[in-house]
Amino acid sequence: METKQNIAVRPAVKRGASPVKRGKLAEWARKEGTAYLFLAPYLLLFVVFIVLPVLLAIGLSFTSFNAIQTPKFTGLTNYISVLTRDSVFMQYVLPNTLKFSLLVGPVGYIMSFLLAWMLAQIQSGPRTILALLIYSPSLTIGVAMQVVWKTLFNGDPTGYINSFLLLNGFITQPIQWLQSPEYLMGIMMVVTIWSSMGIGFLAMLAGVLNINSEMYEAGYIDGISNRFQEIIHITIPSMKPQMLFGAVMAVVGTFQAGMIGVQLSGSNPTPQYAGQLIVNHIEDHGFIRYEMGYASALSVILLIIIYICSKVVWSLFSEEGKGGKRSWLRSRAQR
Amino acid sequence: MASFQGTKINPSRFHISHLKFYLLLAPLAVFMVLPILFIVSHAFKPMNELFAYPPRFLAKMPTMDNFEFLFSTLATSGIPASRYLFNSAVVTLITVLATVFISTAAGYAFSKKHFRLKSYLFEINTLALMFVPVAVSIPRYYIIVELGLIDTFPINILPMLAMPVGLFLVKQFIDQIPNELLEAAQMDGANDWTIFRRIIVPMTMPAVATIAILAFQMSWNNTEPATMYINDERLKTFAYYMSTFTATNNEVAGQGIAAAAALIMFVPNVLIFIFMQSKVMNTMAHSGLK
Repeated sequence: METKQNIAVRPAVKRGASPVKRGKLAEWARKEGTAYLFLAPYLLLFVVFIVLPVLLAIGLSFTSFNAIQTPKFTGLTNYISVLTRDSVFMQYVLPNTLKFSLLVGPVGYIMSFLLAWMLAQIQSGPRTILALLIYSPSLTIGVAMQVVWKTLFNGDPTGYINSFLLLNGFITQPIQWLQSPEYLMGIMMVVTIWSSMGIGFLAMLAGVLNINSEMYEAGYIDGISNRFQEIIHITIPSMKPQMLFGAVMAVVGTFQAGMIGVQLSGSNPTPQYAGQLIVNHIEDHGFIRYEMGYASALSVILLIIIYICSKVVWSLFSEEGKGGKRSWLRSRAQR
Repeated sequence: MASFQGTKINPSRFHISHLKFYLLLAPLAVFMVLPILFIVSHAFKPMNELFAYPPRFLAKMPTMDNFEFLFSTLATSGIPASRYLFNSAVVTLITVLATVFISTAAGYAFSKKHFRLKSYLFEINTLALMFVPVAVSIPRYYIIVELGLIDTFPINILPMLAMPVGLFLVKQFIDQIPNELLEAAQMDGANDWTIFRRIIVPMTMPAVATIAILAFQMSWNNTEPATMYINDERLKTFAYYMSTFTATNNEVAGQGIAAAAALIMFVPNVLIFIFMQSKVMNTMAHSGLK
């Protein structure tokens, strides 16, 4: 450690021309040097693979860039095109993205919470097994599951869903589940919700389990009379931090799942743009049409949407948020 | 306490009132796990059962044919499946070890060290919890080109290592370690490195296990580097190899092999989680965002 620290200090000492400045730098290195040594690997990778790409996306979004010639500055042209000329974006991509994320995010999140809450009401042995079963779909991120969905929703009469429906007389013709615009979106949503009990679900389960039982006693003394009131007035307020963590994970998971439509239908663009989300639109323009500047503008728009969604959940669950009743209850309970 | 009639979270004994939760949870759990059971049964189906009409959920005559086929044939490129599997194992192992080290070291600095930019940097990291890599795949690609990392083995690993969620969880966990303990160690002459190795890492084991699992899942299931940054088949991973089976539409014969590959992908995930689940739950209790 000592030697490493010295290495970090040396260039600073060389550069410092005046003795005053050298003293300051040396002092800084003495005070904060080790902290930065521990941080260095993380910071470096964080900057290279997360911060720089975001900054570069913002930069490229103001240019026209075809991946071969140098980018040409075009101001806000890309953004104006997205908003005014990209009929696919306005007609399909944006509505699809909003529909997908506003349904999948909240439904997945509420299910995670309710399941976590129910699991907390039973003994630990069966709970562990059930929790593992419910968590297991999220272990299968993406690739591994394509084989299942493609087989289940196969468009031939031999597909599992088709053959079940055919044999029971619900349909007379096999349905092209993954190729028909009217079903693709629904299937995408079901599949994503199915795999959304992930890390946020575990956090909320731990949150429910860790609530002090005295809180509930105090709540019942204060007049709570049923389970529903209990959830609203005690459980959720007592685990707001975990609720928030779970919500942020739900937002991220929802947008991260954007490739599902292309994976299921096997083509980008998806049939009649039925399952086209912003992520696919970015790929379509970036890697298929090589309109990198335009794709970057779409990336920036996506990041802004994610940011707004996260801010919304943040304001819903943040500790600093309002909620006089809650803090009143809590202070009673802690007394 | 015994007279309290309301909720009893985390009960120690079965009570008839729990039955309603079981009735709701059990069918749901079965529903959740059905597609996974499907992979298992599909992987062991012989060829004629894959084509059977009407299709059967369970294999009647389970065989290892699909696995044998998976490992005996070469990909179109002439690379055996075992090579992809080996790449995946190496990539995942390095990613897990490096992520654990990097996150724990940074978590220690954020939790116990004082520096002026601390609150800003942690704020940025919290913001980065919302980061969605697919959103910036294009600029990422150019940065990787500039760094000369296209078609190299390390590119399988490097983009995965900075994991904002991992740092966040481990930092929250290290916050629980009392400062007095570190001060006492300092009095005894321990330097930062010793404190990190002898106190922080052992006491943060549950969080370390949790990041290890998360890193494992991300790395093991990741197809991004193989599809975007690597052209050389010899450097690609098993996750990519299995995605080549599923990419072809409606090919019934390929389904069994794809299911076998999917099973190979899935089993390590589950085993690791079962093995470490109590540690994960312990970490998650401190996962709250404020």
